[in-house]
Formats: sequence, C-alpha cells, structure tokens
Amino acid sequence: MSPWWWTPIASNWGFIDNTIIITFWITGVVFVAVILFTAYCVLRYRYREDRRAEYEPEDKKLEWWLTGLTAVGVAAMLIPGLFVWNQYVNVPPGAAEIEVVGQQWQWSYRYPGKDGVMGTSDTRLISGDNPFGLNPNDPNGQDDVLIEGDDLHLPLGGPIKVLLRSIDVLHDFYVPQFRAKMDMVPGLVTYFWLTPTRPGTFDILCFELCGVGHHAMRGSVVVEKKEAFDGWLQEQETFAQTMARVKQGSEQAANLALNAATPVAAGARPTR
Amino acid sequence: MVDAAHDQVDFVPPAEVGEMELYHPKSWLTKYVFSQDAKVIAIQYSFTAIAIGMVALVLSWMMRLQLGFPETFSFIEAEDYYQFITMHGMIMVIYLLTALFLGGFGNYLIPLMVGARDMVFPYVNMLSYWIYLLAVLVLLASFFVPGGPTGAGWTLYPPQAILSGTPGSEGGILLMLISLALFIVGFTMGGLNYVVTVLQARTRGMTLMRLPLTIWGIFTATVLALLAFPALFVGAVMMTLDRMLGTSFFMPGIVQFGEQMQYGGGSPVLFQHLFWFFGHPEVYIVALPAFGIVSDLISVHARRHVFGYRLMVWAIVIIGALSFVVWAHHMYVSGMNPWFGFFFATTTLIIAVPTAIKVYNWVLTLWRGNIKLTLPMLFALGFIVTFVNGGITGLFLGNVVVDVPLSDTMFVVAHFHMVMGVAPILVVFGAIYHWYPKMTGRMLNVPMGQIHFWITFLGAYAIFLPLHYLGFLGVPRRYYEMTDTSFIPQSAETLNAFVTVIALIVGVAQLVFLFNIGWSMVKGKKSGPNPWRATSLEWQTATTPPGHGNFGPTLPVVYRWAYAFGLPGAKDDYVPQNMHPDQVAIGDTADLSGTAAQPAE
Ligand code: HEM
Ligand SMILES: [Cu+2]
Ligand SMILES: [Cu+2]
Repeated sequence: MSPWWWTPIASNWGFIDNTIIITFWITGVVFVAVILFTAYCVLRYRYREDRRAEYEPEDKKLEWWLTGLTAVGVAAMLIPGLFVWNQYVNVPPGAAEIEVVGQQWQWSYRYPGKDGVMGTSDTRLISGDNPFGLNPNDPNGQDDVLIEGDDLHLPLGGPIKVLLRSIDVLHDFYVPQFRAKMDMVPGLVTYFWLTPTRPGTFDILCFELCGVGHHAMRGSVVVEKKEAFDGWLQEQETFAQTMARVKQGSEQAANLALNAATPVAAGARPTR
Repeated sequence: MVDAAHDQVDFVPPAEVGEMELYHPKSWLTKYVFSQDAKVIAIQYSFTAIAIGMVALVLSWMMRLQLGFPETFSFIEAEDYYQFITMHGMIMVIYLLTALFLGGFGNYLIPLMVGARDMVFPYVNMLSYWIYLLAVLVLLASFFVPGGPTGAGWTLYPPQAILSGTPGSEGGILLMLISLALFIVGFTMGGLNYVVTVLQARTRGMTLMRLPLTIWGIFTATVLALLAFPALFVGAVMMTLDRMLGTSFFMPGIVQFGEQMQYGGGSPVLFQHLFWFFGHPEVYIVALPAFGIVSDLISVHARRHVFGYRLMVWAIVIIGALSFVVWAHHMYVSGMNPWFGFFFATTTLIIAVPTAIKVYNWVLTLWRGNIKLTLPMLFALGFIVTFVNGGITGLFLGNVVVDVPLSDTMFVVAHFHMVMGVAPILVVFGAIYHWYPKMTGRMLNVPMGQIHFWITFLGAYAIFLPLHYLGFLGVPRRYYEMTDTSFIPQSAETLNAFVTVIALIVGVAQLVFLFNIGWSMVKGKKSGPNPWRATSLEWQTATTPPGHGNFGPTLPVVYRWAYAFGLPGAKDDYVPQNMHPDQVAIGDTADLSGTAAQPAE
C-alpha cells in the first residue's frame, strides 16, 4: 500500500492499466502545454494603454493544424482502448464459470460442480429453501455448489468467466485489484472475465448504489493455487445435498408440529 | 469580398416586421412580482436558484463532514448521507445550474443582446418562473414528509429508487419525480421563448453570424434541453406509475428481503437509457452557456476579438448535436450489451475534438491580446484551467476500457465536479461580476471579489484534485463510510479530513460574494452604461439598468459582429455593434441607443 501509486494489480488486466498510462501521458502533455501557453499569454500580453490587440479574426491554417493534431492524439488513446475492450468482452474459450448473486446487502456464489455446467435458475423460484432460485428439476443444477455467507474462492492462473445476477436491485461486483467490474441487474445475467494472477485475500465491494446498506455490502475473495481451491470446493455441499437435507429437516419439523398441534408452515421464509 | 461574420457593412435593410407590442405593468404587483419583463423574471430565477443552491452547498458540507471525520457526527446516519448526496446532486445540476444559466442569464441577456424589447411570449415566460418556483417548493417539501427525501442518488435508478431498501421510498421519491416533471413543464415554457426570440426577434442587421457567443451557447443549450428533457419526463412518469400503480416498466421479477414482489418483465436498463439520453445532453445544457459566456468575458477583458468565431459557433453546434449520440458512455458497466461500448467510446472521443478547438481558441484569444486582469478575467482564466482538467479526465472515462476500473469511484466525482460543477460555477461568478454593473448601475467591490476568486479557485482544486487520486486507488463514490480495507493507505484518511476542512472554508468564502452583492448595490462605485468598454448591444442601452423595453425609442441597428476590438483604423480599441461605420474613425460612442444610430441611406 504505497500512497504514491494506485492499488497493485492481481489479474490479467494490466492492459487496462497500460491504457490509463497512455491516456495519462498524452493528456498530461496537452494539459501542461495549454496551461503554460495561457500563463505565457497572460504575462506577455498584460494590458498597456498604448497598445492594441492584434486584429486577425481567423487563421485557417493554424486551426486545421490544431484540429488535426488533436484528432491524432485522440486516436492514439482510442485505438488501444478499443483493442483492449475487444479482449474484455470476448471470453476466452474454456474459461471456468462461476456465478455471483447480489442481494441487499450480501453476496452469494455458485460453482457449476463436477459436470462443469450450471443449472438454470429463475427469480420466481426463490424461496427460503432455494435462495438462488435454481430449477429443482434441472439435472445440471443438482451438483452445483452454493456458497452463502462465506468467502469466494478462485483458482490461480486460469481464465474465469464471472456470471452476475441480482435478485432485487442493481449491484456491482468489484475487486479493486482485479480492475474488472460489471453491474448486476435483476432480470439479466451479465458477465466479465479475468485471470487471477496473484494469490491473496482481497476485498469485494459493491460498486453500484443499492440502498442504505450499499457501503456495508462487502465480501472477501481468496485467490489460491488450483490444488488448494479444489480441496476447498470438495468440502462444500451440492444443491442436491442441501435440498435433501432441507426436505428431511422440514419433514421432521412437520412431524414435530403435528405432535405439538401447532401449525408451522414448512419452509417459512426467513425475514431479515 | 465582404465576410459576413467579421466585416462591417454600411447599409442595413429596413425592418420587415414592425415593433412588438409590449405589456405595460399597471401596478406594483405586475411590475415586480408577476412581472412579464424578462429582466425581472431573470432576477427572480437567479435569486431562487442561488437560494436553493445554498441548500445544496450546506448539504455538501454535511457529506464532507461524514467523509472527513467518519463516526464523529451522530446526526449523520447512512440514510441521511444518501439523502444528502441525492438532493445535493439534483439541486446543483437542475435547480441551480440549469435554472440559472437558462432562466437567469438566458432571460436577462437574450433580449438585450439580440436587440429585442423583450421575449416574444412574455406571459408564458412569467408562468415559466412560477412553475419553476413551485417545482423548487415541491422538492423542498420532500425534506418534511415521513421518510424524508429520496436517497436513490441523483440518477434515481430503479428498482432501488422505489423499493423499501432506499430512504425516501415512501414519499420522497414521488415528490422528486413530481418536482422534476414540474420543472420540465416550466422550463419548456421558458425554453420555447428563448428559441423563438433568438430566431424571430433579432434587431435589424443582427444576423445569426453576428450574435455574441453567449447567445449561441444559451440558444443551443436551450434546443438541447427541449429535445432532452422529454426523455426524463417520460422516465419520471413511468417510474411514478411503477411506484403508484404497480406497473412494471422498469421492474423485472424481484425478491426483496425474502419476499416475492408483484413486479415482472420490466427493464431497469431501459430507465438508464432514458435517464442518460437526457443526462448527457444535460451536461452540455450547463456547459454550452458557460462556453458562450466565457468566450465573451475573455474577449472583452483581453480587448481582442474571439479567435476563430465561426469555428467557435460550429463547435457549439457540433458538440450539441453529438451530445445526443454519446449517452451510453455513462453505462459502460451497466450490463447493456457490451458491444455498444465500441460505438459510444468512439463518439465520445470524437466530441473531444470540437471541445479541444474551443479551448485552443479561448487561449488564442488571449494571445496577442491586451489583457486586463479584471475580476471577470480571473474567473475566466480559472474556468479554462478547470475545464481543461475536467475535459481531460473525461477522456479517461470516455475510453470505455479505462472507465471499467474508474467508474463509480471518486475519480468520477472529481471529474464531473471539475467539468460541470466548478468550471460552470466559475463562469457564473465571472458573469455576475461582468454584468452586475448593467443590472444595478454599480460595480462590485474588487478586493472582496479577489478574495472570493482566490479562495474559490484554489479551494476547488484542493478539494477535487485529491479525489482523482482516491479514485485511482479504488475508493468508491456514494459510500457512507469505508471502514477498513486492504487497499487504502492510512494517509487517505488524513487527506479526506483535509479536503473537508477546505470545503468548509470555500463554502464560507461564498458569503463574501453574497455580502458583496448586497453591499455594492448601495455602496458600489457608479459604473456608467459601459464600464468595460464592450461592444455588444446590452452595453449600449439608453439607461442603466435598462428600462422597460430595453432600448430607447428606436431599436439599435447592427453593422458588425460583436468582437470589433482592436479594429485597425478605429479611434477606440472597441467598436460597438451598432456604431455607424461613419463614426468609427471619430469614435463618438456617446449615444448609440435609438435614433443616433439610424442607417445612412
Ligand atoms: C464546494 C462545492 C462542492 C462540494 C464540497 C461537493 C461535494 C460533493 C460530495 C462529497 C459528493 C458525494 C460524493 C459521494 O459520496 O459520492 C458530491 C456529489 C455530487 N455533486 Fe457535489 N460538491 C460541490 C459542488 C457541486 C456542484 C457545483 C455541482 C454541480 C454540478 C455538484 C454536483 C454533484 C453531483 C451531481 C453529485 C452526485 C450525486 C450522486 O452521487 O447522486 N456538486 N458532491
Ligand atoms: Cu451496492
Ligand atoms: Cu456524459
């Protein structure tokens, strides 16, 4: 954490930093040139009673030169910028997929499980037992791994496509060290991709105003070697396992309820 | 060959349309309160805008106190903070700057500078102000309803804006939407007036290419506003319906706090398109009048013509047109189709070219000029520096991939404050120092003005320069508090405290300005009709301040552009627009209003 430079990068998006540096130098030179020239004019042409300003309303040649040079400077920033944007929107084939779900005011994560494919989901299916709204009949979803209230883990070194979903309002998943971000929009699935390049634990911050808890919508991401990541993933429960446990739990609850003769709704929605 | 923009003509054809009928007030009430005189309406607009602007300034102190000294002020809770930023942002952009530039300066300057007796629809013009006042009152009322004003951010993004997780979702958001709708209705009445007056009520000889750039800026901004505000209007109406009647224009299927909501099928991104289709031109609605005015300030006080006048006019028009095809640069990371990024980054960076030309031409106006460092000139120079700074950070944010890490950080806050906060405000101050003598017949006090300038200008830099750096670190905007992170060095806290102290000082310095305005009204040095020895028509009125109907018995006749400073062969270093060519070499500027300036036929 040097106060003299921006936050050190931990992903493949060094290109973005480079584009910033190109922009900084081109615009910096123009800024200094304009300010110095203004200062020169103000000093050199201060008011004197016995002098008159030059009368030369236009100078076509000068104006064309300035326009041309500006256009060149602008192109020199835009072209590398668009080149990098092309990389940003095209996910490399074979990228691993993970999903981040935002809701007021917490993050949850989903991994596709052994089959590498995520099951379908729908906001309408969300309930206390099924907080991600996964389609219980989709075979692809059965082995999905759901993480709630815990850190996100990412493996080092390979490209990852981050799918983004929100179930209530806009949010934005951002890790300053990754440089990449995208809003999460209810009703849409958005995405960005990155390759984590540095192991460590980084802050996740919500970067789109999402209500009074916006500033408190934080999380952590642990970037670790592939083996460590695989080990961690193994220990997590799959969707099918969770559903089975929930079902068992609610049957027990129902039996208990019957015994006690008090009506308890199975799977009542927790209120936060 | 006569070059229509720059060369004088010695014959101006007689008028085709007769003089307009003026409404003559019959009582004190119709003269000073329900006045139909554009000059009175201008002052009403200006006072109201500045008064509500003071509210926004106080709100900015509250926000800065929280950011500089978190966990110190128990009266600023998270809800309050979000309400403060929302109201601060909306008031500053719409109710202060838009109203002041168009309703204030537009009303005062358009008739005077084009040589008209008044706006063409004076009654509608009056209504425009009263509806604006109503909009302001409705907005203020939201501070007093249960739940308080909305805290949705000035962008009012749904679904958040109308859901219960956001402060003010009970009544505040509705009052905000209603107030915006009223503002737009009121503005439209005024705006049609400004456009028609510029197009139809120019005096004899005042061709479009002889208009002062102030008028070009205000005129183009008004056209933009008339085309852009309807998008906000329909957005506001649709959101009101979503909130009140449960429609789903902007609302997809939502589960909030574990509850399935009745909404379904709408699109939050649609609102963002509507908002920014208005919101981006809005930046230029504020900027173009500032561009125009500052061109005139620089020219008058550097005693030199505007350099490249025709290119300046075209740059204003081109910027205005392009401003309708760049809106989605505010939405690079909104989740819209990412392929749009290529298009909008390209258009956005293209707009930098005409904008840069304007900057070059301002500086080239100074070059080989005869520069007086008067108060308006100081503010104009401050504007150039600030605007170049803000324009340059715009090139960062416009270049789509650079925007990815910087969007929604303090860098954005720094950028838009420089470019559409500080820069236009500096022009507002410069313009007030410049035209106050015309409005009151007295000069503003110079030492007070200098204190005001240096504290405001240096202070603004001390406040907003550090925010660029915080943005590069990754400090988000709209954060009530940061608490501990792994990427923000300790020193950033000290920096934040420093910024807050400066913000308070800059705020207090504005009191010097307000005091100056009041004090000079009584004690200021008498200015005479044309203290700056300027050329445009408002300085050539029969009386100062100009009376009802602006000019003497006959309207002035215009022989040349507004920038005949340092004209070779002229006796004085300036030649008023309405001075007859025969008088130029003799330099008799005594009375150019009315009859003295009849064309010799
Ligand atoms: C001394 C003068 C000013 C100070 C100290 C100041 C300070 C601030 C602060 C602290 C924020 C909130 C930052 C955040 O947490 O996101 C803010 C937001 C904002 N300000 Fe200012 N400001 C000033 C003047 C202005 C002016 C003149 C304008 C006119 C354009 C303006 C427009 C805005 C807007 C549009 C926002 C964004 C609100 C939002 O995020 O919804 N401010 N300002
Ligand atoms: Cu958020
Ligand atoms: Cu914009």
